[in-house]
Amino acid sequence: MAATEIARQAGEGARAVPLAGHVGFDSMPDQLVNKSVNHGFCFNILCVGETGLGKSTLMDTLFNTKFEGEPTQHNQPGVQLKSNTYELQESNVRLKLTVVNTVGFGDQINKEDSYKSIVEFIDTQFEAYLQEELKIKRTLHSYHDTRIHACLYFIAPTGHSLKSLDLVTMKKLDSKVNIIPIIAKSDAISKSELTKFKIKITSELVSNGVLIYQFPIDDETVAEINSTMNAHLPFAVVGSTEEVKIGNKMVKARQYPWGTVQVENENHCDFVKLREMLIRVNMEDLREQTHTRHYELYRRCKLEEMGFKDTDPDCKPFSLQETYEAKRNEFMGELQKKEEEMRQMFVQRVKEKEAELKEAEKELHEKFDRLKKLHQDEKKKLEDKKKSLDDELNGFKQKKTAAELLQSQALQAGVSPSAFTSLLLTQQAVFRVMFIRHPNRREQTETGRDYLDLSNEKRAFSCLVRNVLTWFMLPALMNTTQLYWSSLI
Amino acid sequence: MMMPPPAMPAAFQVEKPVPGPGMGDFSYVGIDAILEQMRRKAMKQGFELNIMVVGQSGLGKSTLMNTLFKSKVSRKSVQATSQEKIPKTIDIKSVSHDIEEKGVRMKLTVIDTPGFGDQINNENCWQPIMKFINAQYEQYLQEEININRKKRIPDSRVHCCIYFIPPTGHCLRPLDVEFMRRLSKVVNIVPVIAKADTLTLEERDFFKQKIREELRANGIDVYPQKEFDEDAEDRMINDKIREMIPFAVVGSDQEYQVNGRRLLGRKTKWGTIEVENIAHCEFAYLRDLLIRTHMENIKDITSSIHYEVYRVRRLNENNTAIAHEGEDTHWGD
Repeated sequence: MAATEIARQAGEGARAVPLAGHVGFDSMPDQLVNKSVNHGFCFNILCVGETGLGKSTLMDTLFNTKFEGEPTQHNQPGVQLKSNTYELQESNVRLKLTVVNTVGFGDQINKEDSYKSIVEFIDTQFEAYLQEELKIKRTLHSYHDTRIHACLYFIAPTGHSLKSLDLVTMKKLDSKVNIIPIIAKSDAISKSELTKFKIKITSELVSNGVLIYQFPIDDETVAEINSTMNAHLPFAVVGSTEEVKIGNKMVKARQYPWGTVQVENENHCDFVKLREMLIRVNMEDLREQTHTRHYELYRRCKLEEMGFKDTDPDCKPFSLQETYEAKRNEFMGELQKKEEEMRQMFVQRVKEKEAELKEAEKELHEKFDRLKKLHQDEKKKLEDKKKSLDDELNGFKQKKTAAELLQSQALQAGVSPSAFTSLLLTQQAVFRVMFIRHPNRREQTETGRDYLDLSNEKRAFSCLVRNVLTWFMLPALMNTTQLYWSSLI
Repeated sequence: MMMPPPAMPAAFQVEKPVPGPGMGDFSYVGIDAILEQMRRKAMKQGFELNIMVVGQSGLGKSTLMNTLFKSKVSRKSVQATSQEKIPKTIDIKSVSHDIEEKGVRMKLTVIDTPGFGDQINNENCWQPIMKFINAQYEQYLQEEININRKKRIPDSRVHCCIYFIPPTGHCLRPLDVEFMRRLSKVVNIVPVIAKADTLTLEERDFFKQKIREELRANGIDVYPQKEFDEDAEDRMINDKIREMIPFAVVGSDQEYQVNGRRLLGRKTKWGTIEVENIAHCEFAYLRDLLIRTHMENIKDITSSIHYEVYRVRRLNENNTAIAHEGEDTHWGD
């Protein structure tokens, strides 16, 4: 920036220069007004009051139209806010009017939370505007402003004093919106009572520190009228959309058997004053107050809440951006840390579970091995037993055939049966000794069965052969010895 | 416990009945009184206007400013003698004045750029100017994002930049093209042909045509920009203006007697050029455009388009500089 020299005289010290002729910038206000006319205006009114105080009727009377909606019931569970937008046009001025009604205000048994929904609603509108203002790509000039510019608070015409609900609600709302208290259905109060009532209300408001909207008195053109009006607050109004013929005119009025209350008669009620103040004189000021005072307060609180500061202890102005970035980084850091922690915990759990499962697996393997071994042992035992049984069976078979053969031989040779049996027995014993270890004994194999069968037959056959041989030999031998012995004797 | 935002707007026509006999204005609500309220507020607050004049020395910038505002708002730069050095760099001098007319107060700031285009090597001579303009946007942005904001943020943004084209009669010089191309993106540029009393009417028309062609060929959009026309009516008015730019102006702050009236003009041996005579030069058109009809529009375009572009760029710059993944459109939540 060394290349530029900016020599600027301060705005406060700007010299006043006289003009030598007509320049023409006195048309600036007109240009401004034309621009606004092309753009259109918007105005948002919030009506707070108990059900049945004539809020909708008053709106109809004020703006001279019939707004939609039928009277609401008295059995609402909570306070709701219903808002309706209307586009009105008068000569070349287009007005986007939004009327917000509180439905069910003051109807509940426990009214502690009645004001909360109203405050929430107002804050929501501020928030929406703030969000739009903070956007990067924003369209402020075509943004439909929904912030509440004026709050008409309807006071019930008891004639005594304010209700505690009214006080509490107004206290909560006075820093958020311009409150204009009005006495509704004021044709129920006589004139003397009315003055006392108004004085009571104002003193109560002052003693409780409620800041109601004061009409501005700094502009000379309207200072006078505004200050007189300030003295008449709260306005006592009567609303009516019905027209009654008075004299030869049709006026808005309420007709009673004992007389007619004319809405636009200043002696009867303050409706005209309200209309003057609200619409014809101070609408722009209401909008401006909302923007510069209430909205800025909200914005300041909100941003401070979010942690932004204008200057830090070293008196160096922070940029909003930097603070936001710092906060965001902090937040991201925390987030990451938490994520890390969670991940580690997760990993830990997984490890533990895995170890457990491994243990279980090992156990199962061991069990399996053990059982397998057991099974094998059993099987072996059974095989052995089977073998021995088979052997026995074979032996028995052999003995049987030998015995039969011997028997036949013995019968042929005329040997006595007892000698025959003893011969059988000895033969059996001889066989046992000689052939206890069968040479054809095979090891048990998988497919042992077949082999065994075959060898069984083979064995049987060899047995038979041996049997026969020995049957012939031994008996012959025995016979010969017997004969020898008998011959000897 | 509230309903969703406003329902579809129903259009109601508040009838303003013809006042018949005996019927007062009882049906009149008074909504149009808001115009009066706005006017009052505007008068009380006053207006601000920041004009920058750019051009080579000796083209009559200061004189034109003085003629426009009929007062000595701009000090003529001292005649450069051989002893006095031509400044090596461009100065940017801004001077504020409070002027008042018929109850309307205006704070006028004239930003002068002596030394523009005067060096031998004029490369990047637009840079100090761009820096200055961006610095004003920056200042406004900083004020706007403060937590404790002022009630009315002082507006020092350059609303309009009058660029003086020397009356060569042929075409735009490369310096002119370069400068206008760069600056038309950040500020409203109004090109004028300076010292137009050296051109005859035919030469003037030819010159203007050439300039317009060249502007079109280079894609330079000067005020009133085509893309910001709001509706057909606007377009019609602006098209007429676009036919006439650049205005061929003559400035003078001396009055002479012509036909019994005292008029601003330049007296030469062959005649007196009346500044405010549209047959002589187009000063009156320029004045009307700048002050009487389009001033609000100029300020509007500056604040809602040029400033917003700067703001978007600036905020995005911050976002990417601190390496965010994912561009979010809200940077405040």
